[in-house]
Amino acid sequence: MLTDEMKHEIEAEAGLYEQRQAAAIEALKIVQRHRGWVDDASVGDIAAVLNMTPDEVDSVATFYNLIYRRPVGRHVIRVCSSVSCYVMGYASLREHLRARWGIALGETTKDGRFTLIPNQCLGACDHAPTLMIDDDLHHDLTPESIDAILEKYE
Amino acid sequence: MATIYIDDKPYEVKDGQNLLQACLSLGLNLSYFCWHPALGSVGACRQCAVKQFKDENDKQGRLVMSCMTPASANIRISIGDAEAKEFRQDVIEHLMTNHPHDCPVCDEGGECHLQDMTVMSGHHDREYRFKKRTHINQDLGPFINHEMNRCIQCYRCVRYYRDYAGGRDFNVFASHDNVYFGRHEPGTLESEFSGNLVEVCPTGVFTDKTQKKHYTRRWDLQVAPSICVHCGLGCNTTPGERYGQLRRIRNRYNGEVNGYFLCDRGRYGYEFVNSAQRVKQVVYRRRDDAGVETVEKAVKGDVLRYLARLLADGATAIGIGSPRASVETNFALRALVGPENYFTGMTALETRLVSSMIEILKTGPARTPSLDEIGDADAVLVLGEDVTNVAPMMALRLRQSVRNEPMAVAHKIGIPDWNDAAVRGAVQTKKGPLFIATPAATKLDEIATSTYNAAPDNLARLGYAVANAIDPEAPTGDRVSAEVRQLAETIATALKGAKKPLVIAGASCANECIIQAAANIVWALCKTEHAAALSFTAPECNSVGAALLGGRSLDEAIQTVRDGRADVVIIAENDLYRRAKRADVDALFEHAKHVVVIDHSPTATTAKAEVTLPAAAFPEGDGTFVNNEGRAQRFIQVYVPEGDVQESWRWLRALRVATGKADVAEWATLDLALASVEEAVPALSGVRNCAPPPAFRALGQKVPRQAHRYSGRTAMRANINVSEPKIQEDPDSPLTFSMEGYRGELPASLLPSFWAPGWNSAQALTRFQEEIGGPLRGGDPGVRLIEPAAGSAPAYFGDAPKVFAVRKNDRLAVSLYHIFGSEELSALSPPLAERIPALYAALSPSDAEALEVANGDTVELRLNGAAWRAPVSVRPDLPRGTVGVPAGLAAAEFLSAPAWISVEKVSAT
Ligand code: SF4
Ligand code: SF4
Ligand code: FES
Ligand code: FES
Repeated sequence: MLTDEMKHEIEAEAGLYEQRQAAAIEALKIVQRHRGWVDDASVGDIAAVLNMTPDEVDSVATFYNLIYRRPVGRHVIRVCSSVSCYVMGYASLREHLRARWGIALGETTKDGRFTLIPNQCLGACDHAPTLMIDDDLHHDLTPESIDAILEKYE
Repeated sequence: MATIYIDDKPYEVKDGQNLLQACLSLGLNLSYFCWHPALGSVGACRQCAVKQFKDENDKQGRLVMSCMTPASANIRISIGDAEAKEFRQDVIEHLMTNHPHDCPVCDEGGECHLQDMTVMSGHHDREYRFKKRTHINQDLGPFINHEMNRCIQCYRCVRYYRDYAGGRDFNVFASHDNVYFGRHEPGTLESEFSGNLVEVCPTGVFTDKTQKKHYTRRWDLQVAPSICVHCGLGCNTTPGERYGQLRRIRNRYNGEVNGYFLCDRGRYGYEFVNSAQRVKQVVYRRRDDAGVETVEKAVKGDVLRYLARLLADGATAIGIGSPRASVETNFALRALVGPENYFTGMTALETRLVSSMIEILKTGPARTPSLDEIGDADAVLVLGEDVTNVAPMMALRLRQSVRNEPMAVAHKIGIPDWNDAAVRGAVQTKKGPLFIATPAATKLDEIATSTYNAAPDNLARLGYAVANAIDPEAPTGDRVSAEVRQLAETIATALKGAKKPLVIAGASCANECIIQAAANIVWALCKTEHAAALSFTAPECNSVGAALLGGRSLDEAIQTVRDGRADVVIIAENDLYRRAKRADVDALFEHAKHVVVIDHSPTATTAKAEVTLPAAAFPEGDGTFVNNEGRAQRFIQVYVPEGDVQESWRWLRALRVATGKADVAEWATLDLALASVEEAVPALSGVRNCAPPPAFRALGQKVPRQAHRYSGRTAMRANINVSEPKIQEDPDSPLTFSMEGYRGELPASLLPSFWAPGWNSAQALTRFQEEIGGPLRGGDPGVRLIEPAAGSAPAYFGDAPKVFAVRKNDRLAVSLYHIFGSEELSALSPPLAERIPALYAALSPSDAEALEVANGDTVELRLNGAAWRAPVSVRPDLPRGTVGVPAGLAAAEFLSAPAWISVEKVSAT
């Protein structure tokens, strides 16, 4: 069930377009902002609100890697795996995180604190290697510097 | 025409095509995946790459996608260019990295476009040695098997299912090399046209689940050209047989009729032919003086002699034909009993409705379009028909027709029709004018400009008002409400503003005024110089053929027997209990001294017969049906049935011979029978020409029904007899039950299947068409028997009916049609069972309130002393004063419009 607040926000978005379907991505983002991820029931609920079928909403939802169709940890780490960062040490960064928690890309730490996913270019190539934790960009990283950064995210 | 250069050779090609179409039309081999003739190009797979050169001095060239490049004048391309070839090989190699190479266990094997294209491209070394991504498959319902690992991401399925067929419960999920085609959760595909995925998908992701139960490779199937028996449209099909069992139905392209597709009723309704309950033997039912019945299998010769005696003793015999039996069968019955004793097997009402349609098309100025042409209409009014459930493929054509008007936007900015993504981008969600006026909501409403739900008489009144809005001389009803008048104005304006306006009506509402109103509208349009078209749906596969043959109605037959004016009643392929009141049919059987029924499936009527003769079902015999367009089409025997089973018309011929009415030479072949038909019934003249006669030979040879790779011919019967049996004779067509014969250019009506070297899948079709999407070479099969009278201007039909008046106690029954369930034969096929609804009584909210019932409560429906109990379904779309009942359900036998039915609440006890 979508909360009244979510419905309200989705309605506001839907009103901006000629076709209600155009608000599908925004609706998914709204649900994710409130719930952390998008569960199956919400896919159906969004579909109902926007005159779409669940298949249509899910097609959009599963296409975008920043819409999470599975639960994620309290914080999502997006490690840049694109060219510049690759050249500048993405692999050692990834290995460091993997060794620290024993999780692979796409997985969540056992305590539910972090989820690790790859991302193609965060647009900060001049400061590679980079990663983002939630909405914060961190750059010029080394395996050592990252540990201190992680402390800030409970 | 334009000249293009392919590998330095000049070719003449038709304007407006893309290079891929042009190359395929020229008979050249060029590989492709995402392009489909009915879906157009999107340039997604990169499989169709060719080299394009600036001019003859350009030696470098550049790779282009042939499906996305117009075949414009003087363009120079190379298919054989080394770089282009390597590119095409590489594309296949990439598409195949995740493909499981499981051809031996894949149902697509042997007719797989991916196999063909892989061979064509020359790619044979797989170097990918890593883990493949795998998917979980879904249960998509009783019709389609899902095996996602075989997917090569061409996107055809989703473009077909969503963009073309309008289905919204199927999609593509995720991205990059992990895309998934299916539903958001497992479940039955809702589209009435889902089965086409089997032929659209170039690999084995979607395969026929019903065929899987008795799987046979394509090359092991015996096939022949056939016609669908499950509605009045007459789609062309290719049934396939092995070991005396019908294994599947595939589409058979007819450019004028069904094109590339079939509906799911037509594709999956075939299993009644394989039923263990089939009538396969001559059955004699004896009743002794105490009324005790014994049923015994009888010897054919004895029974024929017995029947000959019955018919000879100065007895009067009457014949009751059927709209689901062939022209030949109905005619043979008429010939046996004499025209004065022949009855069409349709009720008086049904006969009147169908005859009225034919009359309108024959005497009026409006032409009836082919099924294909319905897709060309740019403004449509549907009057009274639930098209999706009554004439399914017509609905699929209407889904294309609504694109025509908005397509002008794309044309204006120079986008060719085949450029699918660009056209859809320009058109967006805009739809051309489609007005739907029906008793209750229909599935096509979702693409309609506006809809109107009302009782049948009121639908007719709307029609009259539309005609009047086009031509004030056309009559209109009294007391036309402002709302109806305004809607009529809107519809009239849209129809007048169109280049190809079309009105669709039919017999579904059992209301002649609707048919007449539709005629008035198109005649009004024709008067104002519009090339308006009028299409009627027909209730059954040969309703039009039966009506053209003529004869008295079933009502009169019943009366004749009741009056004691008939001793012997012969019924051909007709379950009378589906048509007339139970009490009346019972009375017929009580009064008739002897009843002979010829049918292939057991019915309530065969249960009453003294003698039952086993008839051939459609793949077991030859015959001709006339579809709603008035197109006579031949179906050719696919395999020889066991035992005494033979075409009904052959049984009737045998009776004629046994009674001495004819000598053995008469109607020895179908062609000779048709010659008699043409001689006796001018309205049917032309039926003989819808396929070449049995004597036709191509280079002195017959046409083989079996593929040249047909296996096991010497082994498949070895458990019975080690010697190979003699090839069975077919007196009725130039086809032979053999692998030997002529394979090459043939009249389209004789083509058993589409196959060409290197083209083993349905895509081989391009080798048989005059142009992509155009007619089959030598002309599409079928002969049109109905054309408008030149220069005719018949008078408008008189006044509209009065406003529908709600009655105090009874409610007007309105038939609600179901693609699965409303048609007799497909409903006998087990794969459809789970899609057939249970009996229900649909009521408007105000009727439900008046009866104090809610959804799920039980009501009793009473009509002429018979009673049914059914759960209530409250439907806001139903007009007040009516009760909607599912049409043709076995559970409700005859419970049909337009009767006034008493509906009462059944209190829970
Ligand atoms: S499922 Fe078939 S049609 Fe659909 S994308 Fe895959 S290969 Fe193409
Ligand atoms: S539309 Fe009618 S004729 Fe065509 S396949 Fe379906 S049931 Fe058969
Ligand atoms: S490649 Fe990592 S930020 Fe651009
Ligand atoms: S067929 Fe041309 S790109 Fe797919």
